[in-house]
Amino acid sequence: MASITIRSVKKNYAKTQVVHGVDLDFASGEFVVILGPSGCGKSTLLRMIAGLEEISDGTIAIDGKVVNKLEPRERGCAMVFQNYALYPHMSVAQNIGYSLKVAGVPAAERTQRIQAVARVLELEHLLDRKPMALSGGQRQRVAMGRAMIREPKVFLFDEPLSNLDAKLRVQMRSEIRKLHRRLNATSVFVTHDQVEAMTLADRLVVINGGRVEQVGTPAEVYGRPASRFVATFVGAPAMNMLEGTVTLDGISLLGGSRKLNVSRAGLAVSSKVAVGVRPEAVRMVAPGTPGALAATVDLIEELGAGRVIYVDLDGAPFSVVTSEAVHPEPGSTIGLQFAESDLHFFSSEAGGRLEVFKASVPEPALQG
Amino acid sequence: MVERTPILNFFTHLILFAGFVFCVAPFVIVAIAASHNLKDVNDVPMSLLPGSDFWVNIKTAWTTADLGPKLLNSFIMAFGVAAGKVIISALTAFSIVYFRYPGRMLIFWLIFITLMLPLEVRIVPTYAVVTNVLEPYQTIMDLTGLSWLIEKISGVQVQLSLGLLNSYSGLILPLIATATGTFLYRQFFLTVPDELTEAARMDGAGALRFFVDILLPLSRNNMAALGTIMFLWAWNQYLWPLLITTDQSHAMAVTELKQLIPNVGGAPEWHIAMAGTLIVMLPPMIVVVLMQRWFVRGLIATEK
Repeated sequence: MASITIRSVKKNYAKTQVVHGVDLDFASGEFVVILGPSGCGKSTLLRMIAGLEEISDGTIAIDGKVVNKLEPRERGCAMVFQNYALYPHMSVAQNIGYSLKVAGVPAAERTQRIQAVARVLELEHLLDRKPMALSGGQRQRVAMGRAMIREPKVFLFDEPLSNLDAKLRVQMRSEIRKLHRRLNATSVFVTHDQVEAMTLADRLVVINGGRVEQVGTPAEVYGRPASRFVATFVGAPAMNMLEGTVTLDGISLLGGSRKLNVSRAGLAVSSKVAVGVRPEAVRMVAPGTPGALAATVDLIEELGAGRVIYVDLDGAPFSVVTSEAVHPEPGSTIGLQFAESDLHFFSSEAGGRLEVFKASVPEPALQG
Repeated sequence: MVERTPILNFFTHLILFAGFVFCVAPFVIVAIAASHNLKDVNDVPMSLLPGSDFWVNIKTAWTTADLGPKLLNSFIMAFGVAAGKVIISALTAFSIVYFRYPGRMLIFWLIFITLMLPLEVRIVPTYAVVTNVLEPYQTIMDLTGLSWLIEKISGVQVQLSLGLLNSYSGLILPLIATATGTFLYRQFFLTVPDELTEAARMDGAGALRFFVDILLPLSRNNMAALGTIMFLWAWNQYLWPLLITTDQSHAMAVTELKQLIPNVGGAPEWHIAMAGTLIVMLPPMIVVVLMQRWFVRGLIATEK
């Protein structure tokens, strides 16, 4: 078990900077998921913790000890790779035990520890097979076994589930989670899959363009996204974004046709803000209901348990998730309602979250 | 595109058969000639029905040219070249592919250039070096006045000399120093996923450990292919062994075949010469037959 401290870490490749000064603290035993789109520098950050990538600037410390100059083997980290990276010419047992062999652990103890790990991962009957003769899920388990056997202080996962099919992914996800509960080692898990991130994380780190956008529990990140990027990246379908203009008495939406009765919170009149609302927070009502917005149905995606309804709201794309058994015809008009408390406000330029205070008027805030 | 019609099948087999005959006919003729006696082998045209003196001729060729020790010499040399080449190529390719150091590309191109300088082109300087491997150092010391200085101080005259003529090292070393194998390995190493390297690093394996435990086992097929090619190539070397071995104890089988070829004015004993040829051809043939499966795999397929 170990804490990880990352202080203003940067990474440059030749002249391009891919990580721009990241500060993070991971507590001992925590399961942290780093989430971001591809190319955002999340894997680079993980590889810098592992020691596979040099740190251009800043420091990374494990258990208070700066590891910048240490070789991977000296850092006490174990890593699970995206493509498993099993040694093709070695049997499962040899693959799992290789790090012990390198470390000079006697054969008898090695066998014993391989057996113990294989038992946990239910690989006992496969120990003599070559990786070629294994299924994707089994290979994944071998890769985890290889990481586990060293009893590392830190587990690093580099998108380990992205090569598995959907069903197996869900299964491995819960296995990883169970394993973490059992070993309780600090784990850093990199993924671009938000469902994976939400379900696994104790704490979520959202990264974009080499910068940390938000750190928080999955619920915090979902419920109070710190930036426009986080708002649209986390949650599926993505959060709806409407452009709002600050007026003297609030914020006007959809080209002035709708008004939100909120305080300006110090924003300049006629400056632009982005107003977001999650598709799950929007209710579908009969058209013409007082206080409802009128929208035209474009497309319906059936999800079984519910459906996503894509609509056109005054020329802007907008989506609604509903679990009601409603099936409006494409082209028909429906009414939409959402509570003002479900709205999120972001700065149009910088994308940062704005705390726009509700006006103390106890009337329906949204006026149609 | 694969088409299967009886006519097409027939023609492809015809072409295949023609190629087969074209390749095998010379060997068949050599074998038949080796089975005739002195009179029959000189008939024009020579009878293509095998004679009955095959084993007698083989025995005569073996004793006349003293092929026993020569074959052993050839084997030591060919094996040495093949093994040396496999090891050196693997190491150089490992260095070029897996390490970043200043001058890496320069070294890469220097190795590349040796492809354009086969032994035949640089045979005179190579011979000069082999007569005294330390000659270049001696020259450097003489030119810089170092040997003069040492002589003044200690009274010892510096005379560096290490000749490799008439030795296995002299036969083998110059043939090892070419680039072909390096490129074969380089291409293979480039196909090994980076994640494997990283996994080995995470497992605590250093560079050499990774090389020995992971890379070498993975390049088994490559080694077999390169080893086979180099064995055949070295076995068939003629010019270099001829030049460098003046004493009989280091003579090669291929160069000694010449002893069996009839001289002007001597008896035209072509049947003996052919029998000797057959014997000398046998070891490389055995190697090819044994290694063929690995050889083909090493050149065309990469194990996933």
